[in-house]
Amino acid sequence: MGKMIYLDNAATTKTAPEVVQAMMPYFSEYYGNPSSIYDFAGKSKEAITRGREQIAEVLGAKKEEIYFTAGGSESDNWALKAAFEAYKSKGNHIITTKIEHHAILHTCEYLEKERGAKITYLDVDENGIVKLDELEKAITPETILISVMFANNEIGTIQPIKEIGRIAKEHGILFHTDAVQAFCQVPINVDECNIDMLSSSGHKINGPKGIGFLYIRKGVKIRSFVHGGAQERKRRAGTENVPGIVGYGAAAARANASMKERTAKEIQIRDHMIQRIETEIPYVKVNGDRVKRLPNNINVSFQFVEGESLLLMLDNYGICASSGSACTSGSLDPSHVLLAIGLPHEIAHGSLRMTLSEETTMEDVDFVIDRLKEIVEHLRNMSPLYEDFVKKHK
Amino acid sequence: MAYSEKVMDHFQHPRNVGEIEDASGVGTVGNAKCGDIMRIFLDIDDETHIIKDCKFKTFGCGAAVATSSMATEMVKGKTIEEAMQVTNKAVMEALDGLPPVKVHCSLLAEEAIHAALWDYAQKHHIEIEGLKKPKSDIHEGEEAEEEEY
Repeated sequence: MGKMIYLDNAATTKTAPEVVQAMMPYFSEYYGNPSSIYDFAGKSKEAITRGREQIAEVLGAKKEEIYFTAGGSESDNWALKAAFEAYKSKGNHIITTKIEHHAILHTCEYLEKERGAKITYLDVDENGIVKLDELEKAITPETILISVMFANNEIGTIQPIKEIGRIAKEHGILFHTDAVQAFCQVPINVDECNIDMLSSSGHKINGPKGIGFLYIRKGVKIRSFVHGGAQERKRRAGTENVPGIVGYGAAAARANASMKERTAKEIQIRDHMIQRIETEIPYVKVNGDRVKRLPNNINVSFQFVEGESLLLMLDNYGICASSGSACTSGSLDPSHVLLAIGLPHEIAHGSLRMTLSEETTMEDVDFVIDRLKEIVEHLRNMSPLYEDFVKKHK
Repeated sequence: MAYSEKVMDHFQHPRNVGEIEDASGVGTVGNAKCGDIMRIFLDIDDETHIIKDCKFKTFGCGAAVATSSMATEMVKGKTIEEAMQVTNKAVMEALDGLPPVKVHCSLLAEEAIHAALWDYAQKHHIEIEGLKKPKSDIHEGEEAEEEEY
């Protein structure tokens, strides 16, 4: 196998060398516990404050509003469960969408089954965008929380977050957004968008794994999720992941500084890929919105072809990508996101997601498309669905 | 991916891919909704009941393709009675096993062989011992809207 072409940056990213470098001293040099009082531990405390500031700056937030967690899933769980607990005397209704990450959907199911919550799962249009009139219609006097993801991890669709925030504010409802895919990919200002809580994860932005944060607007009364010590303003106990926080801060600062230039390049490569796929491979469907889309996301369905086979064939060439087919989800159903945008099961099974990074080049993606053409043809030649289709249309 | 080397070999170099013109028996099982469809073509000698040739077409994951390939290898040259002994377990063993979530894919291979043999038996008005009517046979042109798992 030659060079690897990594097109699965929505799954995780390479930790940037300068991020690793920033983290290194906090393993064996400045290993003090930030809660200790001696001078040596002060280095660790300063480091986490700096990380908090770096992240707050990206969002236009105050550093006291950033609470570090172990990752995006914990942030999502915390936001929903704790907000429900804190505000259930006001009502038990939560509004979310059918295309959220499982960290949101499965938490909602838990709240519904075990805690007596009522959840509305909003439909989305064929591009995966929430319909604002349906959101407004779903609001009841019991509604305490709206949780809509900033951008979708599978099809890359960016939601009208500003409008959703405005609606939530008008009705005095808390607004949470899962911004795991959007943070440092699209500009976010928590005040402009009236965001009360926001989840993010370090390893999606060339930071380390095992670190995330939940932004909680000052005044939102949500309680601790992990009980114990007084860390994170008594809202999230446990000795801080100092190297993780340092790396996360460095990654956020780095990704924020390069956002404009990086995403402009990614959009160019993304649109080139989509254009080549659409013109050079028959029977394909581009999933997600063409414009309101993450700069690095390509999601395409190839009719008559199954996703896992596609991934295995791509892997032969060192190409890493992902799919929404059932076989890759570990269940018999394909991706809930692809079904929510109205794809029939058999088309959803043939989906391929490729997500770019700052390192992806035009040469890389041209190589990928050339291989993809051969692979799709090979798999179609052994597909009974294609055989039937060809016979029917002869 | 937790596939064995044999599975990967049969996936990357599938044996017996294709169609048989005027096949003695054709069986299609699975459905597109679940992401797996297997079609097996048999060329059977009417005198000796030996399977002279066997081809397949599969829409599905790596395990589905590999089990189709292995199953066709295993029934080729066998008599109908011997082919009936090619179970999903035997196919799986020949592939050095499958990950637990993929075991259901191997069931399709056995079902597809049985469906093709059933088609042959119907055409020739014969009975094959131990062979039951396939439960999820999809005939050509039919829409793939079967019962859910």
